[in-house]
Amino acid sequence: MKSIFKSLGLAASAAALSLGTAISAHAVDLQFYFPVAVGGTAATTIEELTAEYAAAHPDVNINAVYAGSYQDTVSKALTAARGGNPPQLSVILSVDMFTLIDEDVIIAFDDVANSDEDKKWLNSFYPAFMENSQTGGKTYGIPFQRSTPVLYWNKEAFKAAGLDPEKAPATWEEMVSMGQKLIKKDASGNVTQWGVRIPSSGFPYWLFQGLTTENDAILANADGNKTNFDDPKVVEALQYLVDLSGKHGVMAPGIIEWGATPKAFFEGNTAMMWTSTGNLTNVRNNAPFDFGVAMLPANKRRGAPTGGGNFYIFKDSSDEQKKASVDFVKWITAPKQAAKWSMATGYVAPSPAAWETDEMKAYAADFPPALVAREQLNHAVAELSTYQNQRVTRIFNDALHAAITGKKTPEEALKSAQAEADRILSEYR
Amino acid sequence: MSDLSLSNTVETARPRQFDFDRALNTFGAWTLAILWALPLLYAIWTAFHPAAYEANFELLAPLTLENFTKAWSAAPFAQYFLNTTMLVTIILIAQFVLGTLAAYAFARFEFPGSSILFTLVLLQLLVMPDILIVENYKMIRNLGLIDTIVAIGLPYMASGFGIFLLRQTFKTIPRELDEAARVEGAGPLLVLWKVYVPLAIPTYLAYGLVSVSHHWNNFLWPLIITNSVETRPVTVGLSIFAAVDGGVEWSVINAATLMTSGPLLIAFLLFQRQFVQSFMRAGIK
Amino acid sequence: MTKRMQWIYAWLLLTPAMVMLFAFTHFPAITTIISSFFSTPRGRRPAKFVGLRNYEELMADPTFWKVLVNNLWYAMATIPASIGISLLMAIWVNDKLKGRSLVRMSFFAPTVLPLIAVANIWLFFYTPGFGLIDQIRMGVFGLPENSWLGQQETVLICMMVVTIWKEAGFFMIFYLAALQAIPPSYKEAADIEGASRWTFFWKITWPLLMPTTLFVSINAVINSFRLVDHIFTMTGGGPDNASSLLLFYIYEVAFKYWQTSYAATLTVVMLAILSIIAIGQFFFMDRRVHYR
Repeated sequence: MKSIFKSLGLAASAAALSLGTAISAHAVDLQFYFPVAVGGTAATTIEELTAEYAAAHPDVNINAVYAGSYQDTVSKALTAARGGNPPQLSVILSVDMFTLIDEDVIIAFDDVANSDEDKKWLNSFYPAFMENSQTGGKTYGIPFQRSTPVLYWNKEAFKAAGLDPEKAPATWEEMVSMGQKLIKKDASGNVTQWGVRIPSSGFPYWLFQGLTTENDAILANADGNKTNFDDPKVVEALQYLVDLSGKHGVMAPGIIEWGATPKAFFEGNTAMMWTSTGNLTNVRNNAPFDFGVAMLPANKRRGAPTGGGNFYIFKDSSDEQKKASVDFVKWITAPKQAAKWSMATGYVAPSPAAWETDEMKAYAADFPPALVAREQLNHAVAELSTYQNQRVTRIFNDALHAAITGKKTPEEALKSAQAEADRILSEYR
Repeated sequence: MSDLSLSNTVETARPRQFDFDRALNTFGAWTLAILWALPLLYAIWTAFHPAAYEANFELLAPLTLENFTKAWSAAPFAQYFLNTTMLVTIILIAQFVLGTLAAYAFARFEFPGSSILFTLVLLQLLVMPDILIVENYKMIRNLGLIDTIVAIGLPYMASGFGIFLLRQTFKTIPRELDEAARVEGAGPLLVLWKVYVPLAIPTYLAYGLVSVSHHWNNFLWPLIITNSVETRPVTVGLSIFAAVDGGVEWSVINAATLMTSGPLLIAFLLFQRQFVQSFMRAGIK
Repeated sequence: MTKRMQWIYAWLLLTPAMVMLFAFTHFPAITTIISSFFSTPRGRRPAKFVGLRNYEELMADPTFWKVLVNNLWYAMATIPASIGISLLMAIWVNDKLKGRSLVRMSFFAPTVLPLIAVANIWLFFYTPGFGLIDQIRMGVFGLPENSWLGQQETVLICMMVVTIWKEAGFFMIFYLAALQAIPPSYKEAADIEGASRWTFFWKITWPLLMPTTLFVSINAVINSFRLVDHIFTMTGGGPDNASSLLLFYIYEVAFKYWQTSYAATLTVVMLAILSIIAIGQFFFMDRRVHYR
């Protein structure tokens, strides 16, 4: 009996010893959640990049965890943080910033990265992406997995309708007039090809924000506690969207399904579509005709929202971990890595410098549509984001749906949405 | 049920018009069957053809297996499959064990509180765990079991439906068998094992099939309670296809659907006669 | 065995199942009610007692009323329709029919397919323009395309169709088992008396199927509140909540907006509705069904 205890004790101390050495071997452990919304290649690219970083930094141990969709990732991170066991960093939707601040689980990058060089780094991204990453003068997110909506058009359909196949509509009026020329009908007078398709299922606010921005309206303030849903310019934009299928008859009536939109484009059901740059690869591989990609058409100005995910650093970590996290984010968003990521996934590289790398230049020369997104960033604004974001955007989405399905006028719908949003956001002012 | 005599209002025997009647019924049954099978047929069509034929039904479209390889590599389906299998097995075993013990008590023992407790059991037929997602989530969090396979199964392990069914079956078993075994000195548990369980096999089979097909396809609760590849079942895995930036790729989704529900479909195809018979013999009606 | 031994034995046998039942059904049902009187804890703010405030919010919440009305329509349509169709299926499949096992297979297949995935197929069927339904409508009948899921008037009906498709085959199995348990001698006796099929059905079959109908209808009621998977894939509750149901709304409130107390309040409403239906059902069926 004695000998058993003795050997147990020995084993225990040996384990403790080896644990000690293990800790000193790699000083910092980082857990990193990432969502993948574009299929297989994105996940492998992330894993390649983290492996590359780990090889160059033996003192850091990164555990990259695939956490599912954006929705899954934010739930998982919040749950873990509430349980006192958050990841050190995670990629989460840029619009969830206020929620994460509200839940008190993230820290600002400036708190850790405050040297002059760091400040330069924080200023190296496209301002359009940073709008969704900063509030109250602090930077909470670093853009990484970002996208923006663009207009795709079917060059063959344009040619068949007697339009210049190389020229996309540049204004709202042009989109209507071209759209009317593009309408095709069958023998019984039913439309078989629509002019344009702006999907409105699920999260209609995103593409609609293209219209509001073009009409020179901003949907929410930078503090995330006040919305402008009933701004006359927003009402006007919604009226335009409703008129596309009503008065002008260039778009199918009712709510238009987001997921079926690329298919409708391939099937010739529509000659133009608005959708994310995240669809570039899909369209490139599957469109059975020549297609073009353009910025969204302008009204009072050019404009589009941005979308997608940012890096966030979580609160309950040691100072060392926070420093290491910032260092990793710096590395992975550096031009060379950002270019690699962008080419592999179709997400928009977040800094001008990334577009200046040789690899990126070669890619853009081979596939010019990739450049359209970059051009548009000069006109882009922050995606709609507020405190209680999911709830507020849901109210807005419902209002858009009510107007599109003809249950309310745009003005009525937006007025009541604004009242609802005010009620929710008043406690954050 | 003894008064079988039909009321006098029945008219005199009619001439045989069987043929017309039968033809109509056959036609109706087949029409409905084709309608009902359409989604499955469509899934098979798209899964074996390139994406370009998702909406074009040309007889001579080229065949391909590419969608299956794509679906297989798009998500860790092997892992999801394993998770679901484990989940369904855990739930089934727990439901059988807990249900058998409880049903035995309700069927063959007299004890104070039995009718109240049985009402509480029946209550679960209505107040299913599927509905109590919010509080069950808190419960699992307090137990520290978020994101585990056991957590998906826990709320379903004691099944009111299972207990009810087994109780009904046990009640039909003659007491004489029970008493005979006891005379030979068997204790209650041994009697349960030697007499009741073997005689209730059709019930176990029928109930097992219902339970497996329910939990194989359950979505909402696993979606909420899990968030990693190691724990998610196939249904949650399948849902990621619908949540992408891009468009819906029906050919890939349908390949994935067929892949993941294939085993159940084939099992039913092979065992459908036994399945229906076990339902009948189990007296589920 | 003495009486006392019997009691102890019974309780011991029951303990494991009852503990689990209490832990995940009765206890959460009670805490749901309690939570509905508290505010949602958020960040560093703990929950505090707010009395009936959540219920006042509920009364003033237009989405709740819309979703509730949707759910009642949904229940009223799917329950009788799926019961009727499943009975018809069972009668057909019970008959001598050409290709019976193929027909049975096709009726039952939806039960085996995960709704979350097949909802994508229905999404294609309903797609305007090039979806299956519109291809037939436009190609064969020359009708214009129709946005089935994109209009508030039709979207809920589309959801009901999917639900009925999903559950009818499952209910059919129960009816089929019940039909096969009816002794053939009844039918022979009826034939001798010269009763028509129709009379035989109403006088003999239907009364004999009453316990099955009760069982199936309980299931259908539950499903009409529980089956929301296809909403995730097909509409997300839209347009403007026209296809949202109570459980889906509860999910959104609890796990997207993180308002758990309000979600608990909604759950209480759902439990209340289910209890009312249950009581009604037992009253209505009581005399015709003999459960023992």
